[in-house]
Amino acid sequence: MAKKTAAKAKTKTRTKTSKPAALLLVATRKGAWILRGDAARRSWKTEGPLFLGQIVNHMVQHPLSGTMLAAASTGHLGPTMFRSTDMGKSWKEVAQPPAFAKAEGGRTVKRTFWLTPAHESGVWYAGTSPQGLFRSADDGLHWEAFSIVNDDPQYRSYMGTEQDGTPDGPMLHSVIVDPRDPKHLYFGMSSGGFHETTDGGRSLRSLTDGMEVVGGFDAANLAFHDPHCVRLCPSNPDRLYQQNHCGIYRLDRPGNTWTRIGRAMPKKVGDIGFPMVVHPRDDKTAWVFPMDGQTVWPRTAVEGKPCAYVTRNAGKSWQRLDTGFPTTQAWWTVKRQAMTADGGDPVGLYLGTTAGEVWMSRNEGKSWSCLARHLPEIYAVEAANA
Amino acid sequence: MKVLIASPLRPYTGSSTVEASGASVGEVLHDLDRRYPGIRFRMVDEQDAIRRHMRLFVSGEQVFDLAHALKPTDEIQIVQALSGG
Repeated sequence: MAKKTAAKAKTKTRTKTSKPAALLLVATRKGAWILRGDAARRSWKTEGPLFLGQIVNHMVQHPLSGTMLAAASTGHLGPTMFRSTDMGKSWKEVAQPPAFAKAEGGRTVKRTFWLTPAHESGVWYAGTSPQGLFRSADDGLHWEAFSIVNDDPQYRSYMGTEQDGTPDGPMLHSVIVDPRDPKHLYFGMSSGGFHETTDGGRSLRSLTDGMEVVGGFDAANLAFHDPHCVRLCPSNPDRLYQQNHCGIYRLDRPGNTWTRIGRAMPKKVGDIGFPMVVHPRDDKTAWVFPMDGQTVWPRTAVEGKPCAYVTRNAGKSWQRLDTGFPTTQAWWTVKRQAMTADGGDPVGLYLGTTAGEVWMSRNEGKSWSCLARHLPEIYAVEAANA
Repeated sequence: MKVLIASPLRPYTGSSTVEASGASVGEVLHDLDRRYPGIRFRMVDEQDAIRRHMRLFVSGEQVFDLAHALKPTDEIQIVQALSGG
């Protein structure tokens, strides 16, 4: 009897200590995985695959409703979206994924590329490839076109053609909702610049002043602008940071001109990359993961030596963060949605590589450790509430 | 009408062969979607075009038009052209 009681107590204790306290949603080219961590974020368990064989561009949890969405497609079937209301244990396909309006010469959504939960429970925004902006008001079940951006002739001209898009197609990304005003949104287009609406999508204005374009092209033509990733500081919604095809920038509203803060990066490293990560509580702190943008754009870690860089003073200076990363012959690529932060103190940072590795720092980038290897090409990592 | 389902679409139907009805290929696909919600959009896009890698056969003959009329004795084969890695 005593043995039984002891065994029961042990089981209870184990259950209590193993309760997941951290979640990381990993979207890959061949499916999705969920990493569940303990309260200290030291012990992690990899669960999956989910949707094996489906291309999952983004998997995100709504912080208010708790619902998770996964934007999926395959190389052959049309796009869809999966939805979970039980923390990723079970998933169902949504009723109506994003789709353009039927029209003569109308466009076709090839994939939903970006998911953004709004600051209202059950409200989401999605960016697609080719560029389109969609909204759901029922926690992801049904999606409708949002804003004039999808059909406005001027905005369509900014989007350029298939040739102006990324190798995975032209895409709308970095959908940001102002936490103070649900009608004020920002979004980026690769290509097509960075834009905002202050009236819920009825009218749009471009925010590209100060942003540079590839040498020889005209910065006045928005089709040449390629913002890779833009983030708004939760602690100061008037401050945005941007990783662009041509540098790292900061914008302080109500100003309209971006400042190229990447000029302060070491010249040998440069200020090219894809992800941009901001601190949840400090608007002077942001992280980037530099990429080699020389000649034919290898888009790998510079010199095969992976590193993140942090600024603690809003871009005046940058410090290298590479402790724990391989020191040589590591030709990582980290895509724009594949680096993120949690809300912990100190902040936890996470990144996923196209070679299928997930790395984490529990101390805001001072040191890094590998959480998972041998996954498919990672498209996105997102921290979630356990 | 008997419809052969391509393997990537079988998570919707749970079976390689199902029944659906309609006077045209398009109507049959709509009927399939009523029975297995979501399946049509994976084969046909929002402009009502058959997606690039989908192939539709009616009693052995490939068809490219959703308006293609069907006879009661026809069978439909939905096939996916797999490529890439």
